[in-house]
Amino acid sequence: MKRLRLAPENTKFGFMRFRRVSYPLSATLSIFSVLMFFFVGMNFGIDFSGGTQVLLRAKSGVADIAALRTSAESLGLGAVEVQRIGPESDAVVRVGVQPGGEAGQQNAVGLMRRAFGNDYEFREVDQVGPRVSGELVQKGTLGIVVSIIAVLTYLWFRFEWQFAVGAIIGTMHDLLLTVGFFCVTQLEFNSASIAAILTIVGYSLNETVVVLDRIREVMRKYKRLSTAEIVDMSVNAVLPRTIMTATTVFLALLALFFLGGEVIRSFSAAMIWGIFVATYSSIFICSPMLIYLGVRHDVFDKAETAESAQTSAGARAKV
Amino acid sequence: MLRFAPWRVASIIALVIVAALLVVPSFLTPGALAGLQSVLPSFLPARAIVLGLDLQGGAHVLLEVDSPSVTKSQVEALRDDVRGKLREGRISIAGGIALQPKGVQVRIADPAERAKAVELLSSLNQPIGNAIMGPSGHTLDVKDAGDGTVQVALTDAAIADKVRRAVSQSIEVLRRRVDALGTTEPNIQQQGSDRVLVEVPGLQDTTRLKEILGTTAKLEFRLVADPGDPPNEVENLPEQQGGTIPVQKRVMVEGEDLIDAQNAFDQNGQPDVNFRFNLRGGQRFGQVTSENVGRLFAIVLDGKVISAPRILGPITGGSGQITGNFTVEQADNLAVLLRAGALPAKLTIVEERTVGPGLGQDSIDAGKRAALVGGAAVVIYMLATYGIFGVFADLALGVHILFIFASMALLGATLTLPGIAGVVFTIGMAVDSNVLIYERIREEAHLGRSVISALDAGFRRAFATIVDSNVTMFVAAVILYLFGSGPVRGFAVSLGLGILTSIVTAVTMTRMMIALWYRYQRPTKLPI
Repeated sequence: MKRLRLAPENTKFGFMRFRRVSYPLSATLSIFSVLMFFFVGMNFGIDFSGGTQVLLRAKSGVADIAALRTSAESLGLGAVEVQRIGPESDAVVRVGVQPGGEAGQQNAVGLMRRAFGNDYEFREVDQVGPRVSGELVQKGTLGIVVSIIAVLTYLWFRFEWQFAVGAIIGTMHDLLLTVGFFCVTQLEFNSASIAAILTIVGYSLNETVVVLDRIREVMRKYKRLSTAEIVDMSVNAVLPRTIMTATTVFLALLALFFLGGEVIRSFSAAMIWGIFVATYSSIFICSPMLIYLGVRHDVFDKAETAESAQTSAGARAKV
Repeated sequence: MLRFAPWRVASIIALVIVAALLVVPSFLTPGALAGLQSVLPSFLPARAIVLGLDLQGGAHVLLEVDSPSVTKSQVEALRDDVRGKLREGRISIAGGIALQPKGVQVRIADPAERAKAVELLSSLNQPIGNAIMGPSGHTLDVKDAGDGTVQVALTDAAIADKVRRAVSQSIEVLRRRVDALGTTEPNIQQQGSDRVLVEVPGLQDTTRLKEILGTTAKLEFRLVADPGDPPNEVENLPEQQGGTIPVQKRVMVEGEDLIDAQNAFDQNGQPDVNFRFNLRGGQRFGQVTSENVGRLFAIVLDGKVISAPRILGPITGGSGQITGNFTVEQADNLAVLLRAGALPAKLTIVEERTVGPGLGQDSIDAGKRAALVGGAAVVIYMLATYGIFGVFADLALGVHILFIFASMALLGATLTLPGIAGVVFTIGMAVDSNVLIYERIREEAHLGRSVISALDAGFRRAFATIVDSNVTMFVAAVILYLFGSGPVRGFAVSLGLGILTSIVTAVTMTRMMIALWYRYQRPTKLPI
């Protein structure tokens, strides 16, 4: 039986040469993402912006967006956003935080139920007060920061510090580009998006660790080679695995994106983007970083100490 | 590595069987499940996986105890205590007792008595603590402020303790109220320090639920003021029909003396609420009504006068009616609220999420479809790439999915839509461990190793990488669980469980299968 191989065998690509392209490219994209974040901004869902959002389905026929907008605007709830979502019969109506504290928000839900209740089925009602949304922003940001610190600490214990630095630069790069993705696509950014970002962080580090693990192994074996050669050799060695795993995860996410329903579509989209970015950065951003950080001596020293420790332990065991 | 002891094979198979049994209840109809539970002994868990509100539909309401108002009434109570103590000790004060955000300040008329006042007021101080941990603090800081005044401040521990008690009392009251609505399995629990989460599966229109939850329901019977009453004992309260009415500040009888309340109809067919007092309330009510025949008394609910009927004669039976132009539903709500008792503090709704049954079912269907198609794609891809080793990986993948759901059933974790997404994602990730192992085996084989030594080296060398790479993912899942909220936590749960189970299945199970395969096939060439 002929086997399917997406990755060619025994490749010898000179990945490290690409750093002259990948670094400027990634730097540009990262800066672009930051600029987009400050000047265009993300489309914050009501989890973070607060307010009220209802998902409606017309009891018969097609949702009349124009009529919905007129009737929603007449409720006096400030700026109203009305959009079609998913099938023709569905629409989403969103209003911002109402004046009058938490009680003001409650009023908005009641008004909308009265205004649309006759013609539409309320598939989902979400109402987030200003206090809760503020906390969700805080917790979300804190979660991302804490996860990065935690994982960094692990990497720092497990690898030489240069690896941890490379990994963190790669992770930051993926984070920024994901933020940029949300800014450009204007996909709704909500609690699930935080989950997507954290998963991307996890996946990105997963990819990076696999490559770094191999670099360390090769480095100890071939002391004569230059760092660039070692990195190239290692990346080529793990390339089939990188492509395999990215493909299986991509297949699963693709199913989620097309079949998982409207509710988690933006989540799936962000994850798909994240898989690509994470795979790219593990090869073209993190690994070349080691060339600049002068990792070799540390690794050799450790390897030698480990060896000598082993020998002496063995010697002692014999005695 | 290729010697795999029979007892290990047996224990892995046993584990798979247990997991399968744990998952079975989730596929039964509720009736069949109840039947199974009645047959099984109680120590065997037969639990279906709990579906989140986003999948089964229902209402989620987050309420917050108004801590400033709890503290404010705590300060007011402190003022009364301080006044009582000083009076008891015959210490005269200059001016009134000043209220501060977290305490009171009082100017002692005679400076010589200040020390005595501090000592006296210090007797109000009480230890805080619980039965298990013992005293952990005290309630008051009493000190001579130096400028002729004495300061009595509530400690932060005292304030927090009061809020904590208000929250737990609120939970009791809310539970009685929601139970009275007759909904199935509402979930009421504390969140954070000052919040209460109410989840009612299946509930659609939250209007009534919110009325029931958001009302304090503090009921008081007071006399309507006479023109002759001293003005500082009278306050103007709004009437339900509009306008205000002067009412005495003194409360005759309070709602906490009620033992029952039912909605009914008066002689004119108007909805009203019949109530009954306990012994103390009945006696007190009888006494006040017999002393005040001919006067109006006000029925005050949350600072609003519902009605102010005239006392036609002594009411000594311990029961009465509240009329007030109610609709049937309003009368019913009021009866529910009075039966359940008043909340110790005002609760504000800070978040509400409702999912209709249509969307919930659609999400279940969509999640199932995505999982099936995504899973099938991964299975076929593995098969096409690795042949017989792909079959091993796919079998391990099946067990991996089984283990996720089994551990969810065992832990009583909730499955949400993001949770399903997490399962689908881990389907993609779980085979990563297989891929790492297989690719390593290939590499070792290319280096010219024999079949057995390539297999051995592949597993050994890939294992460290598998652990390292999964730890990072697991950390992300744990942190998401700690910082995430609502359905997103479901994603963290399935991701975290998925990582743990995938290490077991992709490493141990695959190894077992390859070991058995090697023993019976004795291959001379690797099939990958």
